Amino acid sequence: MTVTVYVPADAGALSLGAGEVAAAIAAEAARRGTPVTLKRNGSRGAYWLEPLVEVLTPAGRCAYGPMTAGDVRALFDADLLHGGAHALRLGPTEEIPWFKGQQRLTCERVGIVDPASVEDYVAHGGYQGLKRALSLEGAAIVQAITASGLRGRGGAAFPTGIKWKTVLDQQAAQKYVTCNADEGDSGTFADRMLMEGDPFTLIEGMTIAGIAVGATQGYIYLRAEYPHAHAALKTAIAAARQAQYLGPDVAGSGKRFELEVRLGAGAYICGEETSMLESLEGRRGEVRVRPPLPAIKGLFGQPTIVNNVVTLASVPWILVHGAEAYAAFGMGKSRGTVPIQLAGNIKRGGLIERAFGLSLRELLYDYGGGSATGKPIRTVQVGGPLGAYIPASQFDTAVDYEALAGIGALLGHGGIVAFDDSVDMARMARYAMEFCAIESCGKCTPCRIGSTRGVEIIDRILEGVDGERNVRLLEELCDTMVQGSLCGLGGMAPFPVQSALKYFREDFRARVN
Amino acid sequence: MQAPPGLTGRILAPMETLSPADSAVVRRIVAEHQGRPGPLLEVLHAVQAALGFIPAGAVPLVAEALNLSRAEVHGVVTFYHHFRRARAGAHTVSLCQAESCQSMGADALAAHARQRLGIDFHETTPNGRFSLEPVYCLGNCACSPAAMIDGRLYGRVTAERFDALIAQESATP
Repeated sequence: MTVTVYVPADAGALSLGAGEVAAAIAAEAARRGTPVTLKRNGSRGAYWLEPLVEVLTPAGRCAYGPMTAGDVRALFDADLLHGGAHALRLGPTEEIPWFKGQQRLTCERVGIVDPASVEDYVAHGGYQGLKRALSLEGAAIVQAITASGLRGRGGAAFPTGIKWKTVLDQQAAQKYVTCNADEGDSGTFADRMLMEGDPFTLIEGMTIAGIAVGATQGYIYLRAEYPHAHAALKTAIAAARQAQYLGPDVAGSGKRFELEVRLGAGAYICGEETSMLESLEGRRGEVRVRPPLPAIKGLFGQPTIVNNVVTLASVPWILVHGAEAYAAFGMGKSRGTVPIQLAGNIKRGGLIERAFGLSLRELLYDYGGGSATGKPIRTVQVGGPLGAYIPASQFDTAVDYEALAGIGALLGHGGIVAFDDSVDMARMARYAMEFCAIESCGKCTPCRIGSTRGVEIIDRILEGVDGERNVRLLEELCDTMVQGSLCGLGGMAPFPVQSALKYFREDFRARVN
Repeated sequence: MQAPPGLTGRILAPMETLSPADSAVVRRIVAEHQGRPGPLLEVLHAVQAALGFIPAGAVPLVAEALNLSRAEVHGVVTFYHHFRRARAGAHTVSLCQAESCQSMGADALAAHARQRLGIDFHETTPNGRFSLEPVYCLGNCACSPAAMIDGRLYGRVTAERFDALIAQESATP
C-alpha cells in the first residue's frame, strides 16, 4: 500500500517553499521506487512550522517541519514514510502543544481535508449542517443562528441572526447572500486559509444562509491579491455544482442556490459592506449612505445578507452541533470561538482558534513565543490598520469584543500584529493616515482631505515645526474624522493615531534626519 | 459643442484607437460577459488579463457595449489600484507595505528593491523587465515581509532572497 503524504498547497506554505518540498518528495519517492500518494491540503495554521509535512501512519498523521526541499533525501533515509525519527520530526500533529489547546470549530477541517474534493469534505462531516437546515423552516435556521450568539467576524461584530432575520422578513422576488472575502486588514489571513484549505465549509454556510432567508443567488467578493484562494474557490464551486450541492436542486431539496466568485481590484474600502456592493454591481467602490440597510436594499436594490467568510463558515458547525453548543464557548456577549491571527514580529505566528476570553499575553507569549527578533514586544495593533495600538501594560486584556472596546481598542477581524521595541510610533501613526489617504473612496471630506492633512501635520511634527501646536491640531483632526466620516475607514483610521499619541507620545518629537 | 479644456485630455480623448486585433479581443470579452449582472469589473479583469493593461482605446468599446458612459468606465478603471493604464514590465514585483510587514523590515526591503531594480514604486525598468508595485497586505502576515511576483507568493523575504528571486526571474522570459 502506498503511503499518503500531505504537503500544504496553502499560499503561505507555498511562500516558504512547500511547492519545492512536494516536488522533492515525489522525485525522491520515484527514485527509490516507493510510490507515495501526495495530498495537497491547506495549512493547519502553524506558519512557524511551514512547510509542515504530514505522513499518514497507522497511529495517525505524523508531522515533520519546517521542511525544505534539501531535507527530503535525509528524511527518506530516516524512514519518513513510516514516521521515522529525525530532528524535524514533530510527532503526532494533534499532540503538538501549539495545536493541542486550540478549539477548532470553524476551522476544524482546515489543513486536514483535500480542499478540491467534495467526497473528502463529506467524509469529514461536511454537508451535515445543510442536511439539518433542509429539515427546518427558514425562521428556525435563523433562530438557531441568533441563539448561537454568532456575531460578524469581519470586524463589525453585528449579531448575524438579526441581520438574517431582517432579510428573511423582506418580501422580494430576488434576495442575495454575499460573502465579504475582501480580507484587507494587515495581520489577517483566516479567510484566506479557510478558502484555500476548506472552501466547502464556506460554500455550505452560504447555501444554508440562502435556504434560510430565501435567497437563490450568492456572490463571494474576493480580493484580487488572493489568486490561490480564487483558484481553490472556483474548483470547489464547480465540484459542489457537479455533486448537486449547488444549482437548481440543492441536495435534492428542490431549492435553488447558485454561487459565483467575483474579484475585487485592489481597493481596501471594498471591505466596507456598501462599498463592496457597489463594486459587485460593477461600479467605483464608493460607500453608500445608510439607511437603507443592505438587508433591506442591498445588492441591485434587493434584500441582501453581507457576511464575512469566517462568519458564514461558522454556520455549518452551529447547525450540526446546535446553537447551545456554540454559545457554550466564549464569555459575556462574545460567544463561540474566534480564529486569532498572530502576525508581524512574532516567533510562532499563525492561526489560533480559541473561545473568546484568552488574554493578549497568553497569545503573544504562550502561543507566539515572544517577538521574532527576541526583543521586547512594545505594542500590538489589533484589528487591522484601523485598530488601536495597545501598549504592553494592557496585554492582560482579554480577546473579547467588549473587553477590547473597554480599553478603546477593537478586535476587528482578529488579527494581532506585534512590534518590537524598535518601532517608531510616530511613523506608524503617519502610515495610518497615509494608508487612509491612499485607500479613501473620496466620497466624504473628513476622510479624503483629513487623511492627507494628517500626513502633513505629522510630517511637520517630525520636522520640528511648532511641535506642541501641531500635536493639538492632530488631535482635533482625528476628532473631526471620527465624528464626521461616512464610514469606518475615515471614522476609524484615527484610532491608531490617537492610541499612538496616548501611549507613545515620546515618539512624536522632531527628528534629526 | 467644444469640450471644456479640462476634459479634452485623457477623459474624453477622441478615439485612441486599438489595433484591430486588440479591438476584436475586447469585443469578444464584452460579448462573453454581456447579460451577467454588474459585469464591468469582470470585463476589465478579462481585458487586463488578455492585453496586460487596459488601453484607453478599450474604454469606449466597453462603455458602448455595456450601455455605460465613457466617464463611468474611466471612473472605474481609475478607482481600483489593480487596473493598469499602461503596459507593465515582463514581471510584476509587488512588495507588501502594510503594518505586519513593516514590523519585520518591509521599509528596508523596499529600499533595497528600489536600489536593486533602479526604479521607484509604480515604475518599470527601462529594459521592460520589471515593474515594482506596493501592495497593502498579501495575507501572509505570519511570514512577513511578503512579496508577490507574477502571482507567486513569497514569505520571510530577505534582501538576499529578493536578489535571488530577481536573478531567477531575469533568466525567464
